Amino acid sequence: MPTQLTPAEVQHVAMLARLKLTPAEVADFASQLGRMLDYFQVLNEVDTEDVEPMSYAVEVRNVFREDVVQPSLPRAEALMNAPKTDGQCFLVPQILDGG
Amino acid sequence: MSPIGATTSELLAHMERGEFSSVALCEAAFDRIAACDDRVGAFLHVDREAALQQAAQVDDKRRRGAPLGRLAGLPVAVKDVICTRGQPTTCASKMLEGFTPPYDAHVVSKLREADAVIIGKTNLDEFAMGSSTENSAYKTTRNPWNLACTPGGSSGGSAAAVAAGMVPLSLGSDTGGSIRQPAGFCGLVGMKPTYGRISRYGLIAYASSLDQIGPFAHDVAGAALLLEVLAGHDPRDSTSLPMPVPSYTAALEEPLKGLKIGVAVEHFVAGLDREVEAAVRQALDVYRCLGAEIREISLPHSKYAVAVYYTIAPSEASSNLARYDGVHYGHRAAQFENMIDMYCASRGEGFGKEVKRRIMLGAYALSAGYYDAYYLKGLKVRRLIRNDFDAAFAQCDLIASPVAPTPAFKIGELVNDPLAMYLSDIYTLSANLAGLPGVSIPAGFSSGGLPIGLQLLGPPLAEDRLLRAARMHERATDWHTRRPEVV
Repeated sequence: MPTQLTPAEVQHVAMLARLKLTPAEVADFASQLGRMLDYFQVLNEVDTEDVEPMSYAVEVRNVFREDVVQPSLPRAEALMNAPKTDGQCFLVPQILDGG
Repeated sequence: MSPIGATTSELLAHMERGEFSSVALCEAAFDRIAACDDRVGAFLHVDREAALQQAAQVDDKRRRGAPLGRLAGLPVAVKDVICTRGQPTTCASKMLEGFTPPYDAHVVSKLREADAVIIGKTNLDEFAMGSSTENSAYKTTRNPWNLACTPGGSSGGSAAAVAAGMVPLSLGSDTGGSIRQPAGFCGLVGMKPTYGRISRYGLIAYASSLDQIGPFAHDVAGAALLLEVLAGHDPRDSTSLPMPVPSYTAALEEPLKGLKIGVAVEHFVAGLDREVEAAVRQALDVYRCLGAEIREISLPHSKYAVAVYYTIAPSEASSNLARYDGVHYGHRAAQFENMIDMYCASRGEGFGKEVKRRIMLGAYALSAGYYDAYYLKGLKVRRLIRNDFDAAFAQCDLIASPVAPTPAFKIGELVNDPLAMYLSDIYTLSANLAGLPGVSIPAGFSSGGLPIGLQLLGPPLAEDRLLRAARMHERATDWHTRRPEVV
């Protein structure tokens, strides 16, 4: 039996990812993600005891730079692609209770 | 002589001799786009006025005898996942419809410094997630060799633009094969350099530990020239390598002596199309005739590459794409109940299905209780894949393989079967996981008239070796001289 995620599991992950899904997407992802998770089981064949995880192809090194202020984007350019601004700031819906 | 389908070396020589101006060349590019891009669908955006203005400046510099850049006057197309100041950059997503970057990507600055003329932005699978350029929110790109087939992906627009003779050079990005596979499908030279060889500053991130920018061209010399212009350290990308850039073009005509080419037993298994296998074996014979030794090697963990890639890349994507929140840029839903709902609705509306699928897969793989089983396990097997390559390169200089298991597939053929689509990248994914350079070169045609590519992989920073080996094959064959009839 191929793995199926439950609609609740799909909705849980969708909330973690901040995605509003349509009912059709929930149904598709339940089976498609399940199929991918089944496919990933092949990795369990591999003995990875004592293997260091590899996050990057270039071995990790610290990259430092002088802590010097550099010119940054002018405010108008930083704001120019925003859906909603007041010309000074990005505007978002109210987050805190008014009371 | 028509500039359509000409190579960069030919075009540069013509401009130098005064037979073409850059303006004429760019006008020919726009004419070609007007004549066939309604069928091919390579471009999302062209900027005729800006391009012709820039071309005129280059022509003027040339007339005055002022110093010229390496790409002076050449039309270049840029994948629409790379930021261009003042020109739309959409990632082929509704999420970024109308987005205009306030800065140039490092590679775009490099193109401008080299006096290249940026013609426009090319179509891709949304956010570079896909293997067919069908997952674009705007249009489907078609393969100039057969309009019923995909050009491959995700850099399908950049590949189709060169293959159809619209531009001689283009930029793509390659996270799991997104330059090499479309190059193979479209009969081009396409290269993914070593991770860190080219700065990713201004490349909109998909999977940051795998993404690399690279060139498309008709021939090896064109790809080598463009790579030479783009490569090098950039302090704005801390993963870019602080190593000097050799001249990739200088030694291109010198054949490699005593070349040892590895062939992995694991690469010639069920699922590999017979014509593709025959073309690869024929290419190996070409190398044998040129004095190379073909050695059997083993990459025992290569069969896990697809599973490893799809645990790692979607995980990185789910994190990278968290920036699309409907606040700073990108789509914001018109209706929502509160802040969280605004995020969810904006992202639900802005992203296409494949992007959502990968974000979901990544969010699942990183979520509490599953991190060790999927993401961490993937990172461990990733190291074993790299170790396989290190061991193989102790025995050979390069590894030759198919680029993809089949020639270009039909539009719609795999679109409803995500896993089958993912498996089509089996030969290219490992180079991204291991950070290695790889190049796809023209190596034949199927009986149906579709190009077949040969992939050469090398150890880190062996781009010069790869390009010289590629040029050896190119000199001995004429596959790279063929052009499609786009009707």
